[in-house]
Amino acid sequence: MSVHTPAKPTTTDPGSSRANPNAVDADTPVGALRRILRVQAFQILLVLVVIFIIFTVMAPTAFPQWTNLRQVIQNMSILGVLGIGSTFVIITSGIDLSVGSVLVFSGVVSAKAMIFVGGDGWGTALVGLVVALASGLAWGSLNGWLIAKAKVPPLIVTLGSLGAALGLAQVITGGVDITAVPAVLSDNIGYGNLVGTTLPLISVIAIVFLVVFGIILHRTKFGLHTFVLGSNEEAARRVGVKVDRQLISVYALSGGLAGFAGLLSLAQFGTTAIAGQSQTNLNVIAAVVIGGTSVLGGVGTIFGTAVGLCIPAFLQNGFVIIGVQPFWQQVAVGFVLVVAVYIDQRRRTAASRGGGGMRTASLTGLLRRSKN
Amino acid sequence: MTVGQIPILEAKGLTRSFGNVRALDNCDFEIYPGEVVALIGDNGAGKSTLVKALSGSLALDSGEIFYAGGRVDLTSPTAANQLGIETVYQDLALAPHLNPVQNMFLGREIMADGFAGKLGFLDNKTMAKRSRAAFDDLGATVRSLTSPVGSMSGGQRQAIAIARAVAWAKGVVFLDEPTAALGVVQTKNVLESIRRVRDKGVAVVLITHSMPHVMEVADRVEVLRLGTRIATFKASETNMEELVGAMTGAIVGAAK
Repeated sequence: MSVHTPAKPTTTDPGSSRANPNAVDADTPVGALRRILRVQAFQILLVLVVIFIIFTVMAPTAFPQWTNLRQVIQNMSILGVLGIGSTFVIITSGIDLSVGSVLVFSGVVSAKAMIFVGGDGWGTALVGLVVALASGLAWGSLNGWLIAKAKVPPLIVTLGSLGAALGLAQVITGGVDITAVPAVLSDNIGYGNLVGTTLPLISVIAIVFLVVFGIILHRTKFGLHTFVLGSNEEAARRVGVKVDRQLISVYALSGGLAGFAGLLSLAQFGTTAIAGQSQTNLNVIAAVVIGGTSVLGGVGTIFGTAVGLCIPAFLQNGFVIIGVQPFWQQVAVGFVLVVAVYIDQRRRTAASRGGGGMRTASLTGLLRRSKN
Repeated sequence: MTVGQIPILEAKGLTRSFGNVRALDNCDFEIYPGEVVALIGDNGAGKSTLVKALSGSLALDSGEIFYAGGRVDLTSPTAANQLGIETVYQDLALAPHLNPVQNMFLGREIMADGFAGKLGFLDNKTMAKRSRAAFDDLGATVRSLTSPVGSMSGGQRQAIAIARAVAWAKGVVFLDEPTAALGVVQTKNVLESIRRVRDKGVAVVLITHSMPHVMEVADRVEVLRLGTRIATFKASETNMEELVGAMTGAIVGAAK
C-alpha cells in the first residue's frame, strides 16, 4: 500500500467542508431530500404513489383492501426474483432475453426430477430446488461464457437461449405441461402465508431476495464491479478487474434466479406453464428500466426495479377494478417506459456536457430553479 | 546525476510490428528514480506503442525489459502495476459512473474487517480517507468524493487519474498527454504535480507534443522517430529548435 499519509490531518482541514458541497448537502434535511429526489427510483416511486392515490379515490372500497393488494403482491413475486438478475445484467449494459425460457426449462426439468424421485414431501421439493437452480445456473453460465469469451453480443446470445431453452422444454415434455407438483410446494409456497400473518410466503421470499441482492449490488465488491462493467469495461480491465469472470457471474446469477423462479412458478401455478412465459422477459426488462436502471449501463438500483414492477401490476389491477379495459395497462406501461428512458437520456446528455448538468436534468430539475 | 545508479526501468532492443509497420524498431529506453523524462516524437513515431509495451499492455516481438536491474516480463497491466509501474492513459480510463474513491481503489478495493470482508463488503471509510489524503498530497482540487466523476470537469478528472497513478506507483508513472484537454490553470497544476511526484523519488515519463511543457518540467528528453530512439538531450542543455529538428529528422544523431 503506497497511498501517502496526508500532509495534514484531513479531519481538521477547515476547507474540506466548503470544498465538498455534497457532504454539506447530506447534513441538512433539505439537502438530503434534494439528493433523494434526484434519484430516478424515487421519482418513479412518486409516480407509483400517485397511481395508488388515484385508484384509491376512484375505488375506495375495493382497491386499497389488503385482500386485493395481497393478490397483486403475490402475483408479482416471481417477476421480482427475475428482476433482480435483469437489474444486474442491464447495469453491465447487457440484456437477458432468456429469463422466461430458462424459468420454463428449469421448471420442467425440476418437475421431471421430482416425479422421478417421487413423494410429496420436503425432501422431494429440495431435489426439485437443486435441479432448478443447477439448470438455471447452467443456462446463465452458458450465456455469460458466450458473451464474455466468444464475444457474441448479449442480445443475440440470449435470443438464442430464449429459443433453445423453450424448445428443449417442449422436447422434454412433448409440449404437454407437467402438472404433478409436490403438495408441500403448492400448499406452503404457492398459496401459503408466512406463519402467523397474511403475507404470502412467495412474496416474503421475493422480498428477502430483493433486500439481500440489493445489499450485494450496492455494498459489496461484486456489486461495484458490476457497475464498472457498464461504466467503463476497459478501465476495469486495465486495473486488473477480472472482467470476463464478473460478466459470466452476472449472467449466471440471472440464470440461477430464473431457475429458482421456475420452482416458484411450479409452486404457485401447479404446472410447468410452458406457453405462459412468452412475455416475461419483456415485462421484466420494462420494470427494470422504469425503475431507473439505464440500458446503457453503469446506473441502476434494486429498489427501483421493485418499484418498476409495482407500476404495471397496480395499473392492471386498478384498471380491472374501476372497469377500464385492462388492455389499457399495456398502453400506460409503454408510455411510462418511454418517459423513463427519455429522462435517463436527458440526464446522460447533460452529464456528457460536463459541469453540474447531471444534477439539474431530471424531473425535479424541471420543477426546481437552478441555484445560479 | 545518474552516474552509478541503476535505472528503475530500462528497455533494450524493443521491437514490435503491426503487419508491415514496425511500430518499435530496436528501441532502447531508460529512466532513473526521481527523474522526469519527456518522450517526444512526431505522430506515429512510436511513443504510445513504447508506453504500452513498458506498462504491460502490449506484447513484444523481441527485446528485454529490466525493472530496478532485474529482468521482467510485463505480460499484463496488472503485472506492471504489481511492480510499481502506473500509467495515466490519454483517455483517462476512469469509470464515469463511479465516484473518485471508487475509481481510486478500483481493482484494489480495501475490504471490510473480518467476516464482512469475506462476504465482499468494502471498507469505504478507509478508502475515502486515503483518497482524500492522496488528492491533498497532489494539491488536487477534487470537490466531492461522492459524486460520479462523469459529472466533473476535465481538469478534476485528470487530477483524479494522476492522483490514482501516483498513489499506487512505487517506481514509474507514465503520463500520456496529460495536459492535452486542459486549460491554463489545470495544466499548471499537472506540471506542478509532476514535480511533486518526482520529489518523492518516483520516475515520471511524460509523453507530450507541447515543447514548452517539456522544457519546463523535464530533466531529460528522449526523441523517438520511426519506432526508435534517435536522440537524447539534457533539458537544461537544449532548446526547442533543436528538439523539433530532432523530431522531424532535420538534425540527426545529436547526443545519442
